[in-house]
Amino acid sequence: MKDTDAAFRRAPVLERVIQVGGFVVRRLVQALIALFGVITLVFFLQRLTGDPVLLLVPQGATQADTDVMRTALGFDRPLYIQYFGFLADLVRFDLGRSYVQNLPVVDIISSRVPYTLELAAGALVVAIGLGVPIGILIAVRRDRFEARWLIGLVLIGQSMPTFWTSVLLIMFFGVWLRWLPPSGVNGFQSLIMPSLALGFLSMATFARVTRTSVLDELSKDYVRTGLAKGLSMSRLIAHHLMRNAAVPIVTISALEIANLLTGAIIIETVFAWPGLGQLTIQAISARDFSIVQGVVIIGAAAAILLNLIADLLYSIIDPRIRLPGRDA
Amino acid sequence: MSAALSSIGRVLGRPPIGIVLAIATVVVILVAAIFAPLIAPYDPNVQNLLGRLKPPGFVIRNTHYLLGSDELGRDTFSRLIYGARISLLVAFASVVLSGITGSILGMLAALYRGWVETVIMRAVDIVLSIPAILMAIITVATLGPGLQNVVFVLVLTRWPRYARVAYGQTLIIANTSYLRLSRSMGAGWFHILRYHVLPNIAGAIVVVVTLEFGLMVLFEAGLSFLGLGVQPPTASWGVMLSVGRNYVANAWWLSVIPGAALFLFVLSVNVLGDFLRDRLDPRSR
Repeated sequence: MKDTDAAFRRAPVLERVIQVGGFVVRRLVQALIALFGVITLVFFLQRLTGDPVLLLVPQGATQADTDVMRTALGFDRPLYIQYFGFLADLVRFDLGRSYVQNLPVVDIISSRVPYTLELAAGALVVAIGLGVPIGILIAVRRDRFEARWLIGLVLIGQSMPTFWTSVLLIMFFGVWLRWLPPSGVNGFQSLIMPSLALGFLSMATFARVTRTSVLDELSKDYVRTGLAKGLSMSRLIAHHLMRNAAVPIVTISALEIANLLTGAIIIETVFAWPGLGQLTIQAISARDFSIVQGVVIIGAAAAILLNLIADLLYSIIDPRIRLPGRDA
Repeated sequence: MSAALSSIGRVLGRPPIGIVLAIATVVVILVAAIFAPLIAPYDPNVQNLLGRLKPPGFVIRNTHYLLGSDELGRDTFSRLIYGARISLLVAFASVVLSGITGSILGMLAALYRGWVETVIMRAVDIVLSIPAILMAIITVATLGPGLQNVVFVLVLTRWPRYARVAYGQTLIIANTSYLRLSRSMGAGWFHILRYHVLPNIAGAIVVVVTLEFGLMVLFEAGLSFLGLGVQPPTASWGVMLSVGRNYVANAWWLSVIPGAALFLFVLSVNVLGDFLRDRLDPRSR
């Protein structure tokens, strides 16, 4: 009797696990298809729009060199064999060789990854550190003039091109005031401006999401009860409201990290920051196609993974959220 | 006349001052772009080696540099106006092409369900999960930079935005009796979309178009800034900024002015887009 009771109580949990498990599997398959789509696109864009050997050989190579290269790299084989070879290499994390630098692409890319991650982390600190408090203030003081100024700031953040923010920061703090190094990597100081420039755009997103989420919570009964029993607004927000309002903010973080990583491509070029973005732009002008291809595949994989994480967080953190695809 | 105007005003409500300013900014920039040859005082590509890197307001031998000159002595004001032309042209072409493609696919997915829906909406998910800048990089690295390729990338990466909205909006009306009647009378898909679905979902699409237009201008500028978009000597705001950043130390106007134009335009479009969304979508109030 006792056992059936326990089973009874466990049933909804079990169903939830099955439900979530099914959703995770479906989303994983979808993510794999997306990754497969990118890889296929990269392969065929390169093969069908011209001679791929010309993209890979260094500029100024002779016809004989090119022909040797074609046979050596297997570009004289039928297209479908090349395609499966390409996929097989990728499964083994082999992204090919850079024929300009004469190094494996994986090594070149992995030496640059830490810099991009460092920049994205700095930007995320800026974005959350500014965006969440601004969002809370806008929601709480919604009819006061402070809120209007902050909404203006958010709109500006959303409309400032990151490369223009960067140039302005360099002009003010690097050239005129000489407070910060205008470019390069030289300790913590050189991380400040790129992080600000990159984080400012995300700040707007965090502020918007926080505002909506806090506004939703403010209308609930427990807020009225808390205020009625004499809690101060700041204490109420810190101890009760933010726990509920944080769910959408956490999930949007995963998506924003993906945006920051791709946004870094522009910022790195402006600040001569030696991450993946700078590597890619340099590789394009050096006609080093294997690096470009490697960065695009890895970048797309990272973005797809972060998308997946955002979706999973969204459905797992908050049990009230109905899982999509159940009745579709 | 004034009575007519005030009645229009009553219907729309008094627009906030921010909206009026935003509309004015967009109109000024649009007019400048369309009538560039009539407004620009000089040829945007004519060089004057005696007038290199001159500050705004500088006059040299009948040449009046209203907003200064660049490293080859070209007039910044004229380049700004011609640059607006290129930037807006790219944005316009990509918004129209991706809007049409995305809307049609979204409407078809919602109307016909089944495998059509599965294929289209899964494609939407896939494209949305790939960062646009990576698509742009791989396209430019293989096809080379240039105007058409920028538009191609923008259409390739942006159509899902419209497809999602069109899909959602069409689903709402998909089961109405007039649609079923029209289908049972043998109307083709184009007729149904054109006369029954489109009028119902046009408002939502217009909001997406407005918000996307600002993004497209930003995207073009970003690509050109990286050297992957419009190529010099053609003036576009992104190209001008990318040249200007080499002279931050001695010619601030070369990066501040095109950046400010870009910022003001995008800000105005965003303000308008938000306003339209609030007005047209009662749920977001």
